[in-house]
Amino acid sequence: MLQIMEGSHAVAEAVKLSRPQVVSAYPITPQTHIVERLAEIVADGELDADYICVESEFSALSSCLGASAAGSRVYSATTSQGLAFMAEVVFNVAGMRLPIVMTIANRSLGAPLSIWNDQQDSLFLRDSGWMQLYAEDAQEAMDLHFIAYKAAENHEVLLPAFVCFDGFILTHTFEPVDIPKQEEIDAYLPAFNPYQRLDAKDPISFGMYATPDYYQEFRYEINAAMTRAKKVLREAGAEFGEMFGRDYSGLVEEYRLDDADTAIVAMGSVCGTIKDAVDEMRDDGKKVGLLKLRSFRPFPYEDVRTALAGVSNVAVLEKNINIGSRMLGAVGLEVKDAVYKNGTPVYSYVGGLGGRDIRRKDVKMITEWAETGRNDCFFGLREEVL
Amino acid sequence: MADERPEFFESGHRACGGCGPALAGRLIMKAAGENTIVVASTGCMEVFSTPYPETAWKTPWIHSLFQNAAAVASGIESSIKMQGRDEKVVVIAGDGATFDIGVLCISGAFERGHDITYICYDNEAYMNTGIQRSGATPYDASTTTSPAGKNSTGNSRPKKDMPAILAAHGAPYVATASIAYPTDMMKKVEKAINTKGPCYLQVHAPCCTGWGFDGAKTMEIGKAAINSGLWVNFEMEEGTVTKVKKVKRVPVDDYLKSQKRFRHLFKPEPKTEEIAKIQAIADKNAEKYGTDIVPKN
Amino acid sequence: MALNVGCSARPGNARDNKTGSWRTFRPVFDNEKCNKCGTCMMICPEVCISEDEEGYPQVDYEFCKGCGLCTEECPKDAIEMKKEEK
Repeated sequence: MLQIMEGSHAVAEAVKLSRPQVVSAYPITPQTHIVERLAEIVADGELDADYICVESEFSALSSCLGASAAGSRVYSATTSQGLAFMAEVVFNVAGMRLPIVMTIANRSLGAPLSIWNDQQDSLFLRDSGWMQLYAEDAQEAMDLHFIAYKAAENHEVLLPAFVCFDGFILTHTFEPVDIPKQEEIDAYLPAFNPYQRLDAKDPISFGMYATPDYYQEFRYEINAAMTRAKKVLREAGAEFGEMFGRDYSGLVEEYRLDDADTAIVAMGSVCGTIKDAVDEMRDDGKKVGLLKLRSFRPFPYEDVRTALAGVSNVAVLEKNINIGSRMLGAVGLEVKDAVYKNGTPVYSYVGGLGGRDIRRKDVKMITEWAETGRNDCFFGLREEVL
Repeated sequence: MADERPEFFESGHRACGGCGPALAGRLIMKAAGENTIVVASTGCMEVFSTPYPETAWKTPWIHSLFQNAAAVASGIESSIKMQGRDEKVVVIAGDGATFDIGVLCISGAFERGHDITYICYDNEAYMNTGIQRSGATPYDASTTTSPAGKNSTGNSRPKKDMPAILAAHGAPYVATASIAYPTDMMKKVEKAINTKGPCYLQVHAPCCTGWGFDGAKTMEIGKAAINSGLWVNFEMEEGTVTKVKKVKRVPVDDYLKSQKRFRHLFKPEPKTEEIAKIQAIADKNAEKYGTDIVPKN
Repeated sequence: MALNVGCSARPGNARDNKTGSWRTFRPVFDNEKCNKCGTCMMICPEVCISEDEEGYPQVDYEFCKGCGLCTEECPKDAIEMKKEEK
């Protein structure tokens, strides 16, 4: 049954259904509605969890790390400055192979201070060893949490996961969502079965330091686990589809791409706008389609290469800026690498930073730019800086 | 008589010969026992005891980062509580991790009231990185970042009063101890672990390499610190000092002279003004805690 | 061979590292003087002095680094540091 609810509350419901034993978070806009709702859920006894009200994001993820190592399923949520503040722990969690799931309510990074959306925050932790999944709408944001836990906790993976959804655009808007039943989620996502845990009955030393004789091999193994995560994510998404009727077996999603000349590549809520723009351009006789990336880490380069095999131009809409790189966007670099052997031109168009609206006309404009071979650049800039 | 309690800190670690912190680790674990989860901060003890794949720890042990041991311990305590388990969670962290970089996490954990014991092994500087000063470094100690020189008499600030800061958080039990008095120290470890709520124990752990003395003298230096009044062993319960080790105090000079980190105060000739300032710190400690044994008339 | 996930290890294998090779002086115990007080066993940072069947201290020279702490603290002066013969 569909219910109308705020995106943040939908995510809180997903967390409740995932039954974490420990929740630890620090409030930051626009993540607050998730953690406020979770606090209510715990206070009302709807979720049997210990909710740790920490003094900082740094402690939020650090306490999650401890709880996960002790054998609990755990949850946290943050964004932007909070994520940057916990960055040291972010790398540490992945290195210790702890399957923590954390929601990122995507927001820009200061300075200048901005509370509004782009995807710079999660993308700057590209190399941290966390899976990064991006949701287009509240339903997908909700569902990706179950899939994230299932994949992260798989002993072939044992890597943490960000579930990213756009701040305000998705966190604060109301949408109809289908909320699974607890028994259905329990069947999909059984109780946490840790690979190893801190336990006086079976002691281990955990998080030791590695000399040059070993360090490199630990990084190799994290990368190998991330590569295995592709298959595990696909299978978890397919199983979810079989049980709940919403298929997430693809790490990418194609929209009207079959005979397209130009493909737009994007992640997150802007894909909704792009789909509308594609429909309008199709009505005008333009052969254009969308490739939505659901997973940025692991990066599904085989899927991207296959999906873009028939197109002549690729416009990557970037809600991040890879400062100092000719390509400008972090996503474009990956896409370009994926299609390199096809020889297809790939352009990075940066916009929507710090909450700037991206409209259908912007999407049409960058489509034209790609068609005419315009170089990587910003779009929608105020004229006074040009 | 040998102490019959089993050892949970193993031979083969890579600490310097005569290492105070290594002895602290051993004694803490002897007192804590097998039902203990140890949370370590990055630092000397972490590094000398756990180069992969060799570990000196026989109970569960975890290290995450330099400054987050108190937060990691919070999460472990929360998790084992939810699982209905009863292990004790004990942080063992150095003074840099405790006095400086970890204060945020410690303050949060103590304010939230987690049932954890936080033990700082205090060797009064960042020893693992090469003897840089910390908030625990005593006044006038020469370190690699507070070197004595033409315009410097060493570390320009007195030691931070960390026990008072944690007592102010409402910690039910705060105490100081020294590896020079193992029985007393182990009693305090047991008391802290068995007191519900966040407890803090600060253990004086002389570092032969960092302070500049012969490793055979580690215990002697620890005793001398207490006899000089520059280190005070005390217990605070619910914010009130309930027990203090009384001493027949001696002037600070001998304690200072015995360590290379204070040698500049005596060479080429004694810097009497500076020594007097250090004596004043000891006098103030003695007055504050009432450590002096007063001869009966 | 795969590494242990999360850089972890089973307890006790620090004993693979025989720190006795660091030693330049060795503690030698005189049981005539020893009163079996246990101080040396309690304060050894290497955890390498234990009690023999008669209650006297015995050193595990595989791990003793020769720091001399036991010698310094022995109340009966029953321990002497002797230079290792090469």
